[in-house]
Amino acid sequence: MGWPLAVSAGLMERSPRALFAALGALATGHLLASLLVFLPFALLVALAEWQHPIQIAAGLLVIGFGIFLLFNRRHPKRLARIPPTQLGLWSFAVAIAHGAGLMLVPIYLGLCQLPASDHDATSTLVEANLAMAVLVAIVHVAAMVTAGGCLAWLTYRYLGLKFVSRSWFNLDTIWALSLVLVGVIALAFTFMEW
Amino acid sequence: MTMRPDPTFHASPRLAMEAPPENFAYTLLLSPDFSKPDALAVIDARPTSPTYSQIVHTVTMPNKGDEFHHFGWNACSSALSPLAGHAFVERRYLVIPGIRSSRIYIVDTKPDPTKARIHKIIEPEEVFRKTGYSRPHTVHCGPEGIYVSTLGGGGKDGTQGPPGVFIMDCETFEVLGRWEIDRGPQKLHYDFWWNLPRDYMVSSEWALPPQFENGIVAEDLLANKYGHRLHFWDLRDRRHVQTIDLGANHQMALEVRPAHDPVREYGFVGVVVDTTNLEGSIWTWWRDGGKFHAEKTATIPPEATPKEKLPPLLQGFGAVPPLITDIDLSMDDKFLYVSCWGTGEMRQYDVSDPRKPKLAGSVHIGGIARRTPHANGKPVAGGPQMVEISRDGKRVYWTNSLYSTWDEQFYPAGIPGVEVMANAAPGGGLELSKDYFVSCPDGYRAHQVRLEGGDCSTDSFCYPSVQ
Repeated sequence: MGWPLAVSAGLMERSPRALFAALGALATGHLLASLLVFLPFALLVALAEWQHPIQIAAGLLVIGFGIFLLFNRRHPKRLARIPPTQLGLWSFAVAIAHGAGLMLVPIYLGLCQLPASDHDATSTLVEANLAMAVLVAIVHVAAMVTAGGCLAWLTYRYLGLKFVSRSWFNLDTIWALSLVLVGVIALAFTFMEW
Repeated sequence: MTMRPDPTFHASPRLAMEAPPENFAYTLLLSPDFSKPDALAVIDARPTSPTYSQIVHTVTMPNKGDEFHHFGWNACSSALSPLAGHAFVERRYLVIPGIRSSRIYIVDTKPDPTKARIHKIIEPEEVFRKTGYSRPHTVHCGPEGIYVSTLGGGGKDGTQGPPGVFIMDCETFEVLGRWEIDRGPQKLHYDFWWNLPRDYMVSSEWALPPQFENGIVAEDLLANKYGHRLHFWDLRDRRHVQTIDLGANHQMALEVRPAHDPVREYGFVGVVVDTTNLEGSIWTWWRDGGKFHAEKTATIPPEATPKEKLPPLLQGFGAVPPLITDIDLSMDDKFLYVSCWGTGEMRQYDVSDPRKPKLAGSVHIGGIARRTPHANGKPVAGGPQMVEISRDGKRVYWTNSLYSTWDEQFYPAGIPGVEVMANAAPGGGLELSKDYFVSCPDGYRAHQVRLEGGDCSTDSFCYPSVQ
């Protein structure tokens, strides 16, 4: 997400280093946004007997956010207030606004399933969950930055700026629908297990 | 909402130059005595078309007395800003403010420019109520939507509070409110533009409404009471950061033209008249070490003229001032076009070295004293005024009227509205095209020109041309 910013940074400074620095800032912002969404759930999972209600709530939350995005189709003006020098903040705000971390919460909760009677090991459980949350966030951000970084580098070095507008599709609807889909699948799995 | 970015949005100025040429020129028509409603003319600009250089469609407004002046698009290449992250608006609507009425018309140019029609009308009361400003002027499409500069503050004569910039939604055209959070010492307004990735805005000063609505006030001009400052702003913070005073004798700093390539942190501004010697001047401003600087880099002298050839306003001076009323910079930042509305000359400066403009071409047409006819023999009153350059830099269009009440003072015999075009040679040099000559309908004058698909004073870019 935001790879054209890395292209712009590289071209404006006429240096590949600026491109990678921008990617770094974008990755940091996205990672923080993902963690901000994940960590509360990581703590909640410790309440093992509430595992299913929590999963259902998370599923509903993701579906609800997807539906909100489907209907809220205004041009995103607020993001335009963030100065170009604050790419990390920009990346953080965009990730929150799009529910980027939220998308992974149901998957993450699925990964954290543990026997429901394990009451004594709460603290170990929390630690394990936190570690898992950080891991999921890092894997997610690494995948994003690798994909975006490749596109940015190819555009910067080989494809030229025409690729920026050519490759740009309006994915708003698809993104909103995939949030809904992930939420529905998560709900389905939860009910099957229950 | 579209699935792909509008094909007329370009990431860099170079890509805009490589795009197909314009098919139509949109031109504002105004009724100088307010007897008829103002209109938008759609002019055929396809050289191979049988209706080339003719008005092929007119959108007539439902009100009188709006006084059309400048206008702009709802969206442009700035939508490709990687920060906005959402390029899915169309370059489709023309935003046309009435500088006298404060009414704003939104005209839909799709599906076909020859069927353009009014989409929405924003009544003056909405502008007054939501912004406290009046007399909307320059329109630019940018990161937060549509930015509109105003010449007047609140109250009947627009002097209650300073004028400024307000923002409109680029899809619903709802007036959102004032742009400025901290305006510093800025009290007058005219034009503005910016450098998006470098995050600054530059604005200029004309005058308050009582100083222009009923004609130029000679005593105010000679007392140096018109605007003469440049203001620099932090664009995202909406904060005034620096003022540069060009000197009180440099009256009326009008069009601000930053370099299109965002790596270039400089631009130009035209000053109408120096009250000490009647010269017009071009100033170059630039940013260096976080500070802005400006210096006078070109001057155009007045032309001595016998009294009987002058309108009463100028008889005491025995000369025609050049009156630099518009400037425009080509997309490659190479040529600056300078309208000398008084002497009747369109000048082309090579500004490859921005602080050393070199005169590269010139065309005489009209003029207070010279009254040069067009190269095709047709008479032309007025002089070169609003100028617009095609994206590829090969064609330069202009019209000949300044502002209803000022036209009467400088050209008392009247100014039948025309639009002409000159071909620009790639290495410099300017020549009027004999077959492009648009006469406005009787009783109408022409003001700003906008080219289909964008032009050199519309689009702002977030990526440099350099590869």
